[in-house]
Amino acid sequence: MMSEAMIEVKNFSKRYGAFTAVDDISFTVYRGEIFGLLGPNGAGKTSTLESLEGLRPPDGGVLRVAGIDPAAEPGKLRNAIGVQLQSGGLPASITADEAMKLFCAYHGVAPRFDLLDRLGLKEKRNVEFQGLSTGQQRRLALALAVAHEPPVVFLDEPTAGLDVASRVELHSLMRELKEKGTTIILATHDMAEAEAMSDRVAILLQGRLVTVDTPLAITATGAGLTKISVNTRAAFLLNNHHTFPAVNQQLVKEEYAIYFSTNIGQTVAALISTIEAEGDELLDLRVERPSLEDRFLELTNGGTQ
Amino acid sequence: MTAFTSHFAFEFRTGIRNKNLLLMNYLFPLGLYVMMSLIMPGINPLFQATIIPSMITFGILASTLLGLPDPLVQAREAGIFRSYKINGVPALNILLIPALSTILHILVVATIITITAPIFFDAPLPVNLPVFALIVVGTAVALSGLGILIGVISPNARLTVLYSQVIFLPSMIIGGVMLPYSMLPPVAAKVALLLPSTYAMNAFNSLAMGGTADFYAWGGLLTLFVGGLTAFILAWYLFRWDSQNTGSRRHPVLALLAFVPYATWLLIV
Repeated sequence: MMSEAMIEVKNFSKRYGAFTAVDDISFTVYRGEIFGLLGPNGAGKTSTLESLEGLRPPDGGVLRVAGIDPAAEPGKLRNAIGVQLQSGGLPASITADEAMKLFCAYHGVAPRFDLLDRLGLKEKRNVEFQGLSTGQQRRLALALAVAHEPPVVFLDEPTAGLDVASRVELHSLMRELKEKGTTIILATHDMAEAEAMSDRVAILLQGRLVTVDTPLAITATGAGLTKISVNTRAAFLLNNHHTFPAVNQQLVKEEYAIYFSTNIGQTVAALISTIEAEGDELLDLRVERPSLEDRFLELTNGGTQ
Repeated sequence: MTAFTSHFAFEFRTGIRNKNLLLMNYLFPLGLYVMMSLIMPGINPLFQATIIPSMITFGILASTLLGLPDPLVQAREAGIFRSYKINGVPALNILLIPALSTILHILVVATIITITAPIFFDAPLPVNLPVFALIVVGTAVALSGLGILIGVISPNARLTVLYSQVIFLPSMIIGGVMLPYSMLPPVAAKVALLLPSTYAMNAFNSLAMGGTADFYAWGGLLTLFVGGLTAFILAWYLFRWDSQNTGSRRHPVLALLAFVPYATWLLIV
C-alpha cells in the first residue's frame, strides 16, 4: 500500500553561484516504495540527495522527508533516514564491529551484528575499513544505513563493485525492507537494477525532471521500437546489406545482426524468408522489448546531455 | 555503552592502531626522551634537572601539533564528517573526542617518563606531584586546542604540516624545552611568550620542580587552560562538515585569536 507520502519535493532548486544544479523539480515518494533516481553525471541527482539528507540547504522550494524539513530539523531527521554513501564515509582504521557499535550508539539502538553476518561480513567483523574490499566496504555502509531501521533509506550506487552473490543478497535485503514499509531512494547508473528493483523512477537531466513513472510505463512511451537480434550459420545478414520492412535502424554486434523494428511480425517474417531463400541457417533469433536503458539513452540523448 | 564512550574508545584505540598516530603519541616522544636523556646531560649538565618536564612537553607538542590535526583534515576530505552528520554525530564530539583521547595518550607517556627518568637517568622527581599533573593537563589542553584548530582551518595535508611546524619548531627552539626562557635574547623572549610551551616550562620549573619562575607561573598556568579553551571554541566556530563548503562566511584568519591569551602577556612581562 503506497499512500502515505514519505518524501515530498516541491519546486526544489539548488544553485552553486551562477550555476543551477537543480531547477524547480517536484515529485513525491510513498511509503514502501523503491524509487529510482536516474540521470547522467551532472544531472542534479547528488544535489537532490544531499538536500534530502540534510547536507545542503535548498535554494528554493519545499523538501519533506518523513514529514521533516531536512534543513530546519536535522536532529529529527537523523533517526528518520539511513544513508549508504557512494564512497568512504568511515575512518580507515575502524573495524566493521566498531562502526556498527558507534553508529548504533549515536542512533540510540542496539548494534545489529546480524546484519554484518547476513551481508557476508561475518569473517570481516574485526577487519579495519581500509582492509575491506570495495564490495565489502559498500556492504558495511549498507548495514550501517539500515541498522537503526529508518523509515527512509537512501542508497547511492549500492551494488557498484559487488559480486553477483552480494548483489543478489543486497536486492533481497532491499525487497525485505520494502515489505516492512521502508521507503528506498535508489540512485544508480545500473539501468537493469533500476528497472528490476524500482516501483517508479525519476529521470533527471541538466537539473530538470524529464519523467517520473513506472519503468514499464516509461519504456512503453518510448519510440516503440523492438530490438530483433539474429545469428545465422553462414552470417549472410552480416555480409550483405538487406532492407527489411518496418526496420528503423540496424547494426552489427559481434555475430548478431540487430534490427530495431516498429512491427515485429513483418520484420521477423521477412528475415526468416530471406535467410531461407539465401540457403543460410537460423541459429538464434531474439526479440526484446526496449529496456529502461534504451529509453534512458533516448530521453537523455545518449546519456551525455 | 553511550555514544560518547563508544566514540572515545574507538578514537583512543586509533591513537595506537594508526601508525602515524602511534609514532607521534608514543614512539617519537619516548624515542627522543631516551636519546636526549642519554646524550644531553653530557653536553649540558643542567638538562638533567629538567628531563621530566622537557621531555613531557616535547611529547605533548608531538602528539598535539604533529598527530592531532592531520586525521581531522583527512576525515573531512574523505567525507567522514558528512557521514557523521547524517548519523547524528555532533560537531562537538568530532572535535572534543580526538582531543580527549590524545590527552589520555599524553598522560600515559607522561607517566612512563616520570617513572622511568629517575630510575634510568637519575632525573629528579617533581617536588609537587599534584601541581605537576595539573601542569601536564594544562599544557595538553592548550596544545590540543591548537592542534584541533589547525585541523579545522587547514584546507589540505600540505598546509597542515606548515601550520603545525609554525608552532612546533619555535616551541622546540625557544619555548623552554631546549633552552631556559631566562637565556633567550629579548626579541626571542617576546616571541616565546606567544608559545604555550613557554608557560608550561615556566610552570613546571617553578611550581612542580622547585626552581624559580621567570614570570608569574600560576597566571601562566591559567593562561594555558584559557588558551586551550579559546582555541577549542574557535575550532568549533570555524568547523566545516565537508571540504566542498568553500563559501564559509567564517574566515580561517579568525583562528589567530587563539593567541590572544598568550599575547596579553607581552604587556605584562
